[in-house]
Amino acid sequence: MSTTKKITVTALAAALGVTTLAACGGESKDSSTSDGASKPKTVTLVSHDSFAASPSVLKAFTKETGYTVKVLKSGDAGAALNKEILTKGSPQGDVFFGVDNTLLSRALDNGLFTPYEAKGLSQVTDEVQLDKDKHRVTPVDTGDICVNYDKKYFADKKLAPPQSFDDLAKPAYKNLLVTENVATSSPGLGFLLGSVGKYGEDGWQDYWKKLKENGVKVVDGWEQAYNEEFSGSAGGKKAKADRPLVVSYASSPPAEVLFSEPQPAEAPTGVATGTCFRQTEFAGLLKGAKNEAGGKALLDFLVSKKFQEDMPLNMFVNPVVKGAKLPEVFTKFGAVADKPETVAPDTIAKNREQWVRSWSSLVLK
Amino acid sequence: MAGPVVFFAVFFAYPVVAIVGRGLEIDGVWQFGRIGEVLSRPDILRVLWFTTWQALASTVLTLLIALPGAYVFARFDFPAKRLLRAVVTVPFVLPTVVVGTAFLALLGRGGLLDELWGVRLDTTVWAILLAHVFFNYAVVVRTVGGLWSQLDPRQEEAARVLGAGRFAAWRRVTLPALGPAVAAAALMVFLFTFTSFGVVQILGGPTFSTVEVEIYRQTAQLLDLSTAAVLTLVQFAAVGAVLAVHAWTVRRRETALKLVDPAQTARRPRGAGQWALLGGVLATILLLVLAPLGVLVERSLDGPGGYGFDYYRALTALDASGGTFLVPPIDAVWNSLRYALVATVIALAVGGLAAAALTRKAGRLLRGFDALLMLPLGVSAVTVGFGFLITLDKPPLDLRASWILVPLAQALVGVPFVVRMMLPVLRAVDGRLREAAAVLGASPLRVWREVDLPLVRRALLIAAGFAFAISLGEFGATVFIARPDNPTLPVAVARLLGRPGELNYGQAMALSTILMVVCAVALLVLERIRTDRSSGEF
Repeated sequence: MSTTKKITVTALAAALGVTTLAACGGESKDSSTSDGASKPKTVTLVSHDSFAASPSVLKAFTKETGYTVKVLKSGDAGAALNKEILTKGSPQGDVFFGVDNTLLSRALDNGLFTPYEAKGLSQVTDEVQLDKDKHRVTPVDTGDICVNYDKKYFADKKLAPPQSFDDLAKPAYKNLLVTENVATSSPGLGFLLGSVGKYGEDGWQDYWKKLKENGVKVVDGWEQAYNEEFSGSAGGKKAKADRPLVVSYASSPPAEVLFSEPQPAEAPTGVATGTCFRQTEFAGLLKGAKNEAGGKALLDFLVSKKFQEDMPLNMFVNPVVKGAKLPEVFTKFGAVADKPETVAPDTIAKNREQWVRSWSSLVLK
Repeated sequence: MAGPVVFFAVFFAYPVVAIVGRGLEIDGVWQFGRIGEVLSRPDILRVLWFTTWQALASTVLTLLIALPGAYVFARFDFPAKRLLRAVVTVPFVLPTVVVGTAFLALLGRGGLLDELWGVRLDTTVWAILLAHVFFNYAVVVRTVGGLWSQLDPRQEEAARVLGAGRFAAWRRVTLPALGPAVAAAALMVFLFTFTSFGVVQILGGPTFSTVEVEIYRQTAQLLDLSTAAVLTLVQFAAVGAVLAVHAWTVRRRETALKLVDPAQTARRPRGAGQWALLGGVLATILLLVLAPLGVLVERSLDGPGGYGFDYYRALTALDASGGTFLVPPIDAVWNSLRYALVATVIALAVGGLAAAALTRKAGRLLRGFDALLMLPLGVSAVTVGFGFLITLDKPPLDLRASWILVPLAQALVGVPFVVRMMLPVLRAVDGRLREAAAVLGASPLRVWREVDLPLVRRALLIAAGFAFAISLGEFGATVFIARPDNPTLPVAVARLLGRPGELNYGQAMALSTILMVVCAVALLVLERIRTDRSSGEF
């Protein structure tokens, strides 16, 4: 037992920050120095789990500025933001990436961010600059939540795939659509907001009643909807899925192509371009950041062409900087929504709870 | 004693109290009225009711299905017994995301049942219950079977000689001896299913929700901390009640038992009845445990060009775009093993000390401490994770971005297991042996080493296996604690499943298979660690 006792003491000591169990090789790279004796060399980016960037691009940033980027992943988009709100004032990092237009008001109302106008903001398209006067957040990317369809199914049935919100409620497409629970899934919520944008705050409920009568299936999360229920995806084919329509992203078809061996000449899935809701993701400098200068440099970098052109194949989102080139896979297999729906962030903030609740009692009961 | 208390105070009580306080204390005033408010909402009541009855049903079902298994593993020798014992523990470490997939493949549309009998159980309560049995089968087999294999069969034989019927002998001799272990297993299964999260989310669809799911929604999604705090308190109360019942039933049962070496008690089955029992148990394992696991393996091999190892090869290469993981997914295996090792060491140290303290003394205070140790099993991971976030943020305890936080959180769940595994055995050690050793001049430490340790070594190994397995498959804490990018296996699997495309899906299945193999191998290695001293001399 004596050894065990020793180990406990060590473990507790380690836990108490007195020493570290270096032997176990945790990646405890030196974070910023706290005594301010020298300029901190690390800038910490807190984000949701979907953040991804090519190592070469992050290295280029280090070369340019001298800061190393440390990425902390903090759960899904909602959870990551809420953690920042909880730890307001003593943040876990310097920059937060991943607050989208459906959550923007919550972040701004809680005063999470220090205003900063990123260099190169003039190159960012106007319609995504939702905080233009104060610059508390910087737009970084956009993504469209749209219904995807299984091309093979509709070709076999000699049926034209649906193109619009209206189409989805038509008898021809009965029992074909699977969507996600709006309370637990961000594409699910996006699709609901898309219908709010399309039919207005008074009309969306009627639309969902029609969808329900038309046999829409609801599952909890995107993974399950896409990999288990949707017949167009690789997982769905194996699971003998029987729903050829799913709520996913406009960038899902390019991903289907990119992650196949060998790559097919045509994407197995298509996008119903009249069913889209546009999500914009923002980043901001956290109040109380230990390394403000580094944080500012990182924000500049997020809207630089280098980072913007690297994003699509890593996060499957679209750049917001004018003239940033899209990879071929995107231009060839992706779809551009003709007129994506949007809803103003403060309208979303005011009504979200109530919409989710009425949606739940309308669709799930 | 002090070690475990400090550990729990710092890493459990303090964070949980802080987050609950944040929810209920508004402007310095405690809003206890919120409790009544929340509890009068019909939707919340529905969630509470569902949570309770599904946990009870899952526990009963698990015991019914797994107790024969415990007997067979304890008393019979058959080929590949060790391998099977390791395999039935594998479900325990699988991330729920993966288990959901496997069960949908079996119970859902086009699944086995559908093909055979046209039965579809997905999005019904049955799917949830069966998945819970799948997860917890090993808990019963290992906890009860571990003790059962050390009970001296001669006691039962003596009763038979004295004229008791087979059943009466079992009921009068073996069952009372097993009581504490069965109760402990039932308690753990109940706590696990009561706080079930992923299984309910995936298999239940949006129609079923447990308190745990609701706490997650209120905290992580809606930031309604006061509702979350009330639900946490409700969970506390429920778990506390269950623990009280458990303590009350077990206290009058624990007696010193005569323990023998498990190798002596197992023998080849004899007679048609015993063979049938063995066959039945093996068939159950095949259907309930191996079939879902088999589905995953099959899908991981079912590559684009027919069956092969394409997906496994893809795992070792960096992503085509170099993006999702800054490391090849296979590195996740090493991350997982590292975390699991540290978590196991912490859990064994804290749990072992606590169990030793609990056997030495008795008293109200200690019983309270015993119950306290079980609480982490019944408290939502979200609550603890968010509690960490708002409490461990100042030096010397600024651990928020430290890797040690992950194994610490996992050890919290592991400790109750270690305690529950070791206590029945430790308490069963005849105190007179210790006294004799002490009289003969052994120091307390030496008494522990010479008397207790040989007897509890097996329990200790089983407990270590569980702690290791828990850490390997643990997903909650690793998700709630923001961490630098060194994903564990379950995290990597979830991430792969979260992206479209065949290769990602296939790699997720391949990685799940690797997780299963790693777990099975680790458990087998633990099974192998045997003492060279035989403990048969008592």
